[in-house]
Amino acid sequence: MIFSLQIPLLLLLLVTAAGAIMVKDLMSAVLLLGTYSFFLSVVWGWLGAVDVAFVEAVVGAGLATVLFLLTLFGTAPKDTRFRRPPPSLAVLIVFPLLGLLLLYAAKDLPEFGDPNSPASVHISPIYLEQSYQETHTPNVVTSVLMDYRSLDTMVETVVIFSAGIACALLLRRHSK
Amino acid sequence: MIRPHDSIIVQTLGRFLIPVVQIFGLYVLFFGQYGPGGGFVGGVILGTGMILSVLIFGHDASRSQIAKKILHGDGVGMLIYAGVGGLCMIGGGEFLNYANLEIPGLETASRRSLGIVLTQIGVAVDVAVTAVSIVFSLSAEEIIEDSING
Repeated sequence: MIFSLQIPLLLLLLVTAAGAIMVKDLMSAVLLLGTYSFFLSVVWGWLGAVDVAFVEAVVGAGLATVLFLLTLFGTAPKDTRFRRPPPSLAVLIVFPLLGLLLLYAAKDLPEFGDPNSPASVHISPIYLEQSYQETHTPNVVTSVLMDYRSLDTMVETVVIFSAGIACALLLRRHSK
Repeated sequence: MIRPHDSIIVQTLGRFLIPVVQIFGLYVLFFGQYGPGGGFVGGVILGTGMILSVLIFGHDASRSQIAKKILHGDGVGMLIYAGVGGLCMIGGGEFLNYANLEIPGLETASRRSLGIVLTQIGVAVDVAVTAVSIVFSLSAEEIIEDSING
């Protein structure tokens, strides 16, 4: 039953993405981008990546939309329509070729969920088998993110922190 | 600067929704060890609840005071995260090796579980404060200066 939903879901994803690019009004583009994130989070959930789906729904469809809207109101309050120049010839030639190249390369990717793919034979089995005994954390994603790869997560937190600091430094200095 | 929304429907729904969103954020934060979720998502949901109160009730409403107050806490999340790492070093191990947290009566696996909870709280605080801080940066320059200087 779930498999019958795949094609409509991917079509909706394509339609909202193309709509966000094509639509004239910037406000509609922002809202379409939020819809796109929502459908993308459904696709993540369908692929079994529930944590990623959660982040996509909360950040992509929620927070990012608010930030885009605030930026829009702060920069173009009266007229949010946008006149887009027609794409140049180079774009029309290069991007379809790039797409064909990627499709050609995707042929060599392992099957979805293949237990013999390089990603699932290296260190993932060790995490899956031992993380509960070692950390008492049933969610393997959390134990990998916060324990085995804790230093990486700390640097990600530093990235978020510096993003906030950079926004404050750039945007808050016009007052007084 | 964001003024309060004048629709009574939006205000009433906001009054009802914001506490639910905050509780759900805390649930996601602490349930991250057992199901989907974790520090990042929990922090974003907590921050989004505060952003919602700013968007609905305006910058000056009493409901938005907590969002204004936590702007001073930029970097506290980082301190919590790195502080847990430092505690591990004091316990005699490597940086962020939770097995070396010096807590009597806990076996190694439970110590690592506790370390995961603590660092997730750090991430959540950092993300929530940053989300609110970016929204304030984008929307209200004068208000920010007043609240920080005054």
